[in-house]
Amino acid sequence: MEIKKSRFLTLCIVTLLSGVMFLYPVSNVNAFSEQVIQHGATGEDVIELQARLQYIGFYHGTIDGVFGWGTYWALRHFQDEFGMPVDGLAGDQAKDMLVRATDYNKDFVRKNLEEGNTFTHYGGMPWEHQVKRHHSGRQQTPAPQQQQDQGEQQPAPEKQQDQAEQQPAPEQQPDQAEQQPAPEQQPDQAEQQPAPQQQPDQAEQQPAPEQQQDQAEQQPGPEQQEDQGEQQPAPEQQPEQEEQQPTPEQQPDQAEQQQDTDQADTIDDAPIEPTSVNIPDGYSQNDIQLMAQAVYGEARGEPYEGQVAVAAVILNRIQSPIFPNTVSNVIFEPRAFTAVADGQIYMEPNETARRAVIDAINGWDPSGEAIYYFNPDTATSSWIWSRPQIKRIGKHIFCD
Amino acid sequence: MRRWILVGILAIAVIGTGAWGYQEHQEKNAMMIQAENNYQRAFHDLTYHMDLLHDKIGTTLALNTNEQLSPQLIDIWRLTSEAQMDVGQLPLALLPFNKTEQFLSEIGNFTYEVAVRNLEHDPLSEDEVEKLRQLYVSSDEIRQELRTVQHQVLNENLRWMDVELALLSNEGPYDNLIINGFETVEHAVQGYSEAQFPNLIAGMPEQHDGYLNISGRTLSEREAEEKVREEFNLNDDLTLSIAESGEGAQLPTYSASFDGQEEHGYVTLSKQGGHILSFMLNRDVNETQISLNDAQHRAEELLADQGLENMILLQGSQYSDSGVFQFIYQQDDYHVYPDRVQVKVALDNGDILGFTTRDYYRNHKEREIDEPKLTLEEAQDKVNPSVTIQDYHLAIVEDNRGDELVAYTFLGTIDNDTYRIVIDAETGMEVYVERLNDVESKWG
Repeated sequence: MEIKKSRFLTLCIVTLLSGVMFLYPVSNVNAFSEQVIQHGATGEDVIELQARLQYIGFYHGTIDGVFGWGTYWALRHFQDEFGMPVDGLAGDQAKDMLVRATDYNKDFVRKNLEEGNTFTHYGGMPWEHQVKRHHSGRQQTPAPQQQQDQGEQQPAPEKQQDQAEQQPAPEQQPDQAEQQPAPEQQPDQAEQQPAPQQQPDQAEQQPAPEQQQDQAEQQPGPEQQEDQGEQQPAPEQQPEQEEQQPTPEQQPDQAEQQQDTDQADTIDDAPIEPTSVNIPDGYSQNDIQLMAQAVYGEARGEPYEGQVAVAAVILNRIQSPIFPNTVSNVIFEPRAFTAVADGQIYMEPNETARRAVIDAINGWDPSGEAIYYFNPDTATSSWIWSRPQIKRIGKHIFCD
Repeated sequence: MRRWILVGILAIAVIGTGAWGYQEHQEKNAMMIQAENNYQRAFHDLTYHMDLLHDKIGTTLALNTNEQLSPQLIDIWRLTSEAQMDVGQLPLALLPFNKTEQFLSEIGNFTYEVAVRNLEHDPLSEDEVEKLRQLYVSSDEIRQELRTVQHQVLNENLRWMDVELALLSNEGPYDNLIINGFETVEHAVQGYSEAQFPNLIAGMPEQHDGYLNISGRTLSEREAEEKVREEFNLNDDLTLSIAESGEGAQLPTYSASFDGQEEHGYVTLSKQGGHILSFMLNRDVNETQISLNDAQHRAEELLADQGLENMILLQGSQYSDSGVFQFIYQQDDYHVYPDRVQVKVALDNGDILGFTTRDYYRNHKEREIDEPKLTLEEAQDKVNPSVTIQDYHLAIVEDNRGDELVAYTFLGTIDNDTYRIVIDAETGMEVYVERLNDVESKWG
């Protein structure tokens, strides 16, 4: 019975909403740039993407500006739930939908990224509760008090009416809902109107944009909902597979204004820097640095391919059974590299050496799979001449 | 008077210099002793570990029960890796000591493979027992040689620093007892290893049978040059230096390098068929203008130009100023992981900065793929239940030994981590599970 009722209700709301949509065309101010964002990308767009996906509870990783696997699955789930083709690419459709369905507190994100804080960007939680200033853990577990208060299993959507008034806080409960708090409170407003639990009365006068994909599964306590629903049609949203209902942005201006006035002076146009980087195949940046130092010390006067080849030799040695198995052990093997013996390895490498190392790790090997090389003008061992030679690059002869 | 002052100053200077020199000398000595101690420790460890290794192999031969056998073999495997570590810390890199190192690594591989398999179902074969017996004999030889060297070192107070110096002064034959001792060890291994492990000589045995499917006519140096000029639209007045590979190359190649105004290029192509195996262009890249997605389209155009068809993107990553893409071959529904191509694209104007098709040409062929024996559901059951499966596909992968097999590849998550889980489509074994970790936070 209840379920039926709420379905009916949803239907009404959806109809109503489509009307609303025409009346309030959505403006994409301060949103994504033009590009299609894909797995592996880095930059400010990725930060926004992660923040927005986190806002509606799809993304639970760190907001770091690198589109890794976590972001990829989050985006796919988002596309799936909102009835878009699931391709893991943030194109126009996905970006538009995100902009409508979520909020992005750019200044909050910028501030925390720049200060190096651990933070989250869930919708429906006060911002200040989502920041942990010290680097004590990689990720803050967003364990908002509110969630417990509001019942563990279903973050019942009825409770944020007040916030909803200003900013639509679409409720979204993907599979992970149990582990993670679905975004519940609109933090900015929460400050001004604290203790949202105490406001059922106010709630009655205010629309509650809601969003529930699968009401049958979630048992969204329909009674309360009905009450509110009768008094004022809460714009609800139900992303069914086929028809996509953009989330209502009823008062975007208001919301934005608010943020603007709050933080007008901190806004600047410099791009937000990601706090992470892509690394090839599990090589740490520090391994890359160490290899770059070795390459720089050994081959800085060589042509670019000669530098890549030296880096490739280090990697081939790690693969080879007769050499140690780690970057540091190969490099610091006594008498393996002259740059280690005479201390040139402690010079600061240039960008070219670093680039050469990354190319080598990514699979370029101009040496032809060599595990030795030597400079024929200065080679001290007659044994090295006996190795089968592969090729010469610059001053070095590479051999097997 | 003045003279006395001068004498005084000079005397102080002399005493000062002397004191300073003495202090320097002391410090240098301390450092030398420190370095010597490290070498000594590694060396004595090595002899001890080889001794223990010999011991363990001996015990293994006498063991009867399989329950005991596995831990024993694991122990041998551990000892070989310890011994390899010790060797890695000694200044032997320029000594011909690699046979011994290979020998150690082969013992390690052999014992590991036997230890991890199910010995209840699949007990040691006659051959393997015989191999162990051989290992026992030859490890005894190595052990004795090393103990002899150790005795000399202890008895005659030999210093590894002297080995360093001898190696530095080069021009063998070296008149150094340690070096001679190690050469004897190497000699002992050589006689044994060639008989027992035929592929020991190869640096990387798993890669040795590659490039079997390269086809085409053999190019002359001139033709190779023309091919490069044509391929990369190089002006005729641009000098191109071209070189042939030597006898050590697995695949005979030509390498060509050229210098443009702002860039430096390097191309390797196979003599046979003139396939471009690798291309690199080094230049300064300006501010990022295009997205990774656009860059991917450029990379795909390049693949088409190179005549590489049915390639699908495995991974794309944005580095500071370039995008690097890994493509793999797709045959029917199967993702063929060994046939890999990497492409690097500049993010300022979308130019190709490089590509390498080495893996592709090493492994590529049209494969006769057997239908998977397991259904998707059956394979899925083999995946750890705590993994949430997000995506899957059929694949051709290489196992540890480098053999290709048909498998189901699952991409799954546990909390925020993503894993690639490869299940053998025939036996249902987990071929491997890897945590996909390609993002790292900036340190500091």
